[in-house]
Amino acid sequence: MAQRAIREYDAKRILQERWGDYFGDIVVYAGKTVQVTPDSDWDQLKTENGWLQSGRLAVKPDQLIGKRGKHGLILLDADFETAKMWILERMNKPVTIGQVTGVLRQFIIEPYLPQKVEYYLAIKSDRAADTIYFSPSGGVDIEENWEKVVSIPVAVGTSVDDADVAGKLPDTLSVAEKEFFSTFIRGIFRLYWDLHFTFLEFNPLAVNGNKVAPLDTKARLDDTASYLCGKTWCSVSFPPPFGREPFPEETYIKNLDEVTGASLKLTILNPRARVWTLNAGGGASVVYTDTIVDLGFANDLANYGEYSGNPSTEFTYKYARTILDLFTREKDPEGKPKTLIVGGGIANFTDVAGTLTGIVQALREYRDKLKAVGARIYLRRGGPNWREGLAKISELGKELGIPIAVHGPEMHMTRIVSMALEGQ
Amino acid sequence: MAARKDYILFDRDTQAVVYGMQEDAIQRMLDFDYICRREKPSVAAIVNPTRDGWHKCFYGSEETLIPMYRTLDRVVEKHPNADVMVNFASFRSAYPTTKEALETETLRTIAVIAEGIPEQYSRELAVLAKKKRKWIIGPATVGGIAAGAFRIGNTAGALDNIIESRLYRPGHVAYVTKSGGLSNELNSIIALNTDGVYEGIAIGGDCYPGSTFIDHIMRYEANPEIKMIVMLGEVGGTDEYDVAEALKAKKITKPLVAWNIGTCAKVFPAEVQFGHAGARAGSVRQTADAKNQALKEAGAVVPNSFEDFDEKIKETFDRLVAEGRVAPVAEVNPPPVPQDYRAAKKAGLVRRDANFICTISDDRGDEPTYAGILISEVIEKGYTIGEVISLLWFKRRLPKWATEYMEMIIKVSADHGPAVSGAHNAIVTARAGKDVISSLVSGLLTIGPRFAGAIDDAARYFKKACDAGTAPETFVDEMKKLGITVPGIGHRIKNLDNPDKRVELLKSYAFKHFPKTTYLDYALEVEKVTTQKKNTLILNVDGCVGVTFIDLLNASGSFSPAEIEEMVEIGYLNALFALARCIGIIGHIFDQKRLKAGLYRHPWDDIVYRVEKA
Repeated sequence: MAQRAIREYDAKRILQERWGDYFGDIVVYAGKTVQVTPDSDWDQLKTENGWLQSGRLAVKPDQLIGKRGKHGLILLDADFETAKMWILERMNKPVTIGQVTGVLRQFIIEPYLPQKVEYYLAIKSDRAADTIYFSPSGGVDIEENWEKVVSIPVAVGTSVDDADVAGKLPDTLSVAEKEFFSTFIRGIFRLYWDLHFTFLEFNPLAVNGNKVAPLDTKARLDDTASYLCGKTWCSVSFPPPFGREPFPEETYIKNLDEVTGASLKLTILNPRARVWTLNAGGGASVVYTDTIVDLGFANDLANYGEYSGNPSTEFTYKYARTILDLFTREKDPEGKPKTLIVGGGIANFTDVAGTLTGIVQALREYRDKLKAVGARIYLRRGGPNWREGLAKISELGKELGIPIAVHGPEMHMTRIVSMALEGQ
Repeated sequence: MAARKDYILFDRDTQAVVYGMQEDAIQRMLDFDYICRREKPSVAAIVNPTRDGWHKCFYGSEETLIPMYRTLDRVVEKHPNADVMVNFASFRSAYPTTKEALETETLRTIAVIAEGIPEQYSRELAVLAKKKRKWIIGPATVGGIAAGAFRIGNTAGALDNIIESRLYRPGHVAYVTKSGGLSNELNSIIALNTDGVYEGIAIGGDCYPGSTFIDHIMRYEANPEIKMIVMLGEVGGTDEYDVAEALKAKKITKPLVAWNIGTCAKVFPAEVQFGHAGARAGSVRQTADAKNQALKEAGAVVPNSFEDFDEKIKETFDRLVAEGRVAPVAEVNPPPVPQDYRAAKKAGLVRRDANFICTISDDRGDEPTYAGILISEVIEKGYTIGEVISLLWFKRRLPKWATEYMEMIIKVSADHGPAVSGAHNAIVTARAGKDVISSLVSGLLTIGPRFAGAIDDAARYFKKACDAGTAPETFVDEMKKLGITVPGIGHRIKNLDNPDKRVELLKSYAFKHFPKTTYLDYALEVEKVTTQKKNTLILNVDGCVGVTFIDLLNASGSFSPAEIEEMVEIGYLNALFALARCIGIIGHIFDQKRLKAGLYRHPWDDIVYRVEKA
């Protein structure tokens, strides 16, 4: 639950849907956008959108990728067949942006509209204000031309109607232009506010008479407002950040997470690495992962994950089993010990003895595999009934013949990390 | 109330309003008050939008009552000395309720627990609070704790945790953290490495907490009781830089040990959003590494990792002691809090004899059971109504022929028209404007020795005579001598030549399906005797139901003679009749209500008046 980026296609769809409520006929939305996915039917797209064949087109992937132009991911001034070929060449293919490699699956096609004047308009939110940024010198070089951008803050608790928008617009604009833009900006601001946007950027924005078309658009919504805006958001979806394909185990845990009221998370960083974590608690799991990285073992770290919010024994078991399965697939290629950190803070009310039951069950099940990879396990946990829970784990270690170091709240939370990694 | 210093949000006299009926949290607040040996519990009142009155809870081993109101304005009016509100309202209603609290004269600090409040609202509340010189803690927080004084809701967890971290008395170290989950870890770290926590605030994981690190740290700086400050920030946002700026400007002079979590974000394959809404780095400046660096450069004590956070805290505190800048507090013994009965029972520490026993059904599991069988299984396996009765009345599955026969009895007894006592009473009551249940009960109340009594009596008399081996003739004679009409014998119209079809059907079913029909056979022998006297003295439907039901119990092979005796005694037959007749009586009640029949008044000419003067 937080600020979430949305697809350009969805941002424009919301604008187009809501436009009339804010502008009537005074400012006309002139944008046209079609979405292309692996399932799209090209003939149908052509039939439903005549402009695809009658004009020049701009094409780009729509997967929250920044600086697409610099990565050769924008095609401009193309005819339909060229655009189609360009997309088909890239569809379902991996592409690397910086350090991140992901597969392209979503594209948009729009009319190619070369502009003499490229306007820039953005609204950004911070603690004190929602600030409007405007410039008649937008486009790819906006950052270099930032001194030409005017900013109009609308302080929290005040209205855009009270802000002197026209007065702050650059003097290079005519009086008529100032009036037009101040009407337009106020309308966009109200839409931004009503729909709980937290960021919106048009760069550039095409303006012809009273017709405007946002070309490149980025937007974020505050997803906690979905109970207020569920309908007005036109069934928007919140895509994951651009990145690699999820591992099946990550998808499995994500699905588990969605059916429980508790929280279950898993990100695999390096499936062949030797240090795995099975941590309880949102904050504590970050601290354990931090400490492994901070102590210089980032390259040995296999995963990030957490279970919290009092999952049932069954869900804890399923979660633990997934981690143990990944953990026991192979011995460390360099012969170093395979290490599992079972960390956790001091629980407030969670019955520690109870939640460890699911982990005990999974450890029993994976006994032979754990032995085969030479597993070492380090556990730390506090909270209600911790003595009883920890005694259970200690006995289990003896029973299974697996070294399990067990510590309670008397030991500093992350000390098991240095014991596990530096003590060798 | 003595005026508090600006930097004090909570002390041993703090009075709070709890918004939302959070029974556990309220009890935990009172338990904390008790181990702190406060004079008065900290919860002055509860706002419960669905009910007013009193809420009962424990203060130590004594019970105490906390007033409950439906609206906040009533609380403010009645409890002007309460200046804290712990707001448990959901994410949907947290905004309006917090705003209302900020608008009051008396409430000064509002802890907002809910997670998922839209950022627009959180920002507005934060601005409003600042304008009014008030405090918001949260949203999305567990709250905070002032050791030995006041606890917000569930902060610091179970009593064991609180005692292990010595939070029942103040130490000299104050902390502020974003994460509420880790606040308990901080309580423990500080207790293990210093003389303990003075106060700890969890500002909450959202992007725009109502009060930030710097707000609380400046309070701690101003409070002479606090000698050292601990701060735990995290990746995302830039609020931690305010603290770095204040350090550089020497606005913070007390030692500050600080760490920001989320340094691992850099090893993730893509942009990562941790559990907190605010925990996402939008720029390099918002990373945990950059913040740790900035705080270190500004003069905070920053460890190399969380791993030596405890050592840095210890070193810093020990140095203060060595320099004579802090005298560690004297230990006190908190009073023991009586264990909660439920917890003690669960742990097997106490036992108590129960007042009730139930042997037919159980509603404690995921799903209630009838005689050990899940209701869903009752549906899935197609149990009939007769079989459900068999589970709940007899605690076993009776054979199909028996349950089917009980259903036949229900069908023939469901209604016998509006004129009989039960239906009549119900009709009169319904027409008096009473509700369905009152009308139904007034009808059912007529069932007894006379109305429907024949079924019960027939069963008893025939059973007794048959069991005793009394010859039918002798039975009829003895009844005559006693002046009792043989129950279950005789019909207004029907006779041997014109038999009651209902009785014929019941009889033929019994002969066909019952393994034996001892009592029916006996009753029919009795009928032979009585019909010789008069043609209409046949076994009627009441008599037939009575004796065949005894046959059913007897022939099922499930019950001992003593058990059958007991069932007859405690009224199984009347019960079966009442169950069946409910169907008809309810029908009559609906009928009258649909007809909008008015109040019934009995005509004078239908009453014989013979009143003598007293």
